[in-house]
Amino acid sequence: MSLTEAGPVIQARALNLTFQTGDGPVHALKDIDLTIEKGEFVSFIGPSGCGKTTFLRVMADLETPTSGSITINGTSPEEARRARAYGYVFQAAGLYPWRTIGGNIRLPLEIMGLGKVEQAERTARVLDLVELSGFEKKFPWQLSGGMQQRASIARALAFDADILLMDEPFGALDEIVRDRLNEQLLALWARTEKTIGFVTHSIPEAVYLSTKIVVMSPRPGRIADIIESPLPKERPLDIRDSPEFIEIAHRVREGLRAGHGDDV
Amino acid sequence: MRGGLAILVVLAGFWLLWMAAVPPMNMKWEVSQAQRAGAEVVLPEGNIRDASALWLTLRNPGLIPGTYVQEKPRLPAPAQVFAELWDTTVGKRLSSKRSLVYHAWITLEATLLGFALGTGLGILLAVGIVHNRVMDASFMPWAIASQTIPILAIAPMIIVVMNSVGITGLVPKAIISAYLSFFPVVVGMVKGLRSPGLMQLDLLKTYSASGWQTFWKLRLPAALPYLFPSLKVGIAASLVGAIVGELPTGAVAGLGARLLAGSYYGQTVQIWSALFGAAIVAAALVGIIGIAQNMTLRRMGFGR
Repeated sequence: MSLTEAGPVIQARALNLTFQTGDGPVHALKDIDLTIEKGEFVSFIGPSGCGKTTFLRVMADLETPTSGSITINGTSPEEARRARAYGYVFQAAGLYPWRTIGGNIRLPLEIMGLGKVEQAERTARVLDLVELSGFEKKFPWQLSGGMQQRASIARALAFDADILLMDEPFGALDEIVRDRLNEQLLALWARTEKTIGFVTHSIPEAVYLSTKIVVMSPRPGRIADIIESPLPKERPLDIRDSPEFIEIAHRVREGLRAGHGDDV
Repeated sequence: MRGGLAILVVLAGFWLLWMAAVPPMNMKWEVSQAQRAGAEVVLPEGNIRDASALWLTLRNPGLIPGTYVQEKPRLPAPAQVFAELWDTTVGKRLSSKRSLVYHAWITLEATLLGFALGTGLGILLAVGIVHNRVMDASFMPWAIASQTIPILAIAPMIIVVMNSVGITGLVPKAIISAYLSFFPVVVGMVKGLRSPGLMQLDLLKTYSASGWQTFWKLRLPAALPYLFPSLKVGIAASLVGAIVGELPTGAVAGLGARLLAGSYYGQTVQIWSALFGAAIVAAALVGIIGIAQNMTLRRMGFGR
């Protein structure tokens, strides 16, 4: 444990990934260099096709890079996946309709082979974390879209991994629900001190949540800019009206525009 | 309430159609009987064989009542069929060879055994097809081909082959049932087992779940809503298989035997009551699976 805490949590060096498609090769990731330290909240932002989701999937061992190296806690992504080093939240909640909310959260715990008592204890704890206590016995269709997404976050948290990878988890939700979930996510991050990788296409969301913003650009997918946020860890919603916030948002927008080149 | 009314209207329509079809179907025999008895009948010029049934019916309206009560009608009247149904179910001891319940039970045994065999085989094949590319490529064409062979052609061969190795009675019939019922189960289960999306499979991969866990916790429950409609088709096909399997055995017992014996002796009332018996059994079986479906899916949270 002390060994992994010493080094960076995620380290990518000269990472490339090319998909072979019917229309020829697609360079999804090009020369990605990135280091993520423990406890950071890193957002990946960029237009569709910039490889942000692909990069997250590489970290999760759901895609295999073509060249370059990447380590998670000092090991390969596959070893990290087998060691259940991360929780993953997908774009859609993807709850199993035949399982209750509690049953969905217990799914990874059953697979890990935990005992019933610990399953119940962890389920109760993560439901409390996402403010869904009392909904354990409900089926997914009985919950709103925002509540379903919170349940899927609880499912990823139940894992109790130090890394949380989130792929546009709030993309399908409306602005009001999204604000609230952003606030909750920050509170949760502060409480659990997890390392979070977060894919989004919303500039305010990226700036509001992150300690580090990775701006990406498409064709080929590459990193256009890495912005270390000077915002304090404590962030009320109205921080979004502060000059610092607007300045970072501006820099993100500049990065996105530069990356786009002549496409727009 | 309105649904009930609609059903009654459809039933009344069927009943009217049936009632209207009886006189022309049975009129020729009625006319020739009346002629033999010396009664006055209107005949076309030339031979009675050349007269159309409809023409005879319209010209001899007085003979119409008789067409509903013939002993061996071409088309029995509804009342005759239901009287026979009543007589051979409620009116006879269950152990009697003349009881339709006795014959239905013989057929039902073969149906249920065949359905169990077919469903088991179908599920196993589907699991193999989904998990093994070789099986997918090699089994599916055979499964499809098996259903294009007329069951009437293959049933006697199954009976004869099994008879030659000393297996008779229930098992050969059940095998014909299974032959018909495994296919819808294979098709439904393959579709169901493949229904989980990439995201749900990826999710289990991030949990580092084993293949067995993926099957048990994701594929199998996801397949259940697809399985039940297949079971409904399968059990109806099983019943058809069992009846067909009874035809070449020399018509000893079972609904198929009743059909065959009825056709040997021109007992159309018996044929029709056996047909209705088979339809009632099929409806009951499909209904039972429907209830199981509702209970299971509601417990699984699909019910809404």
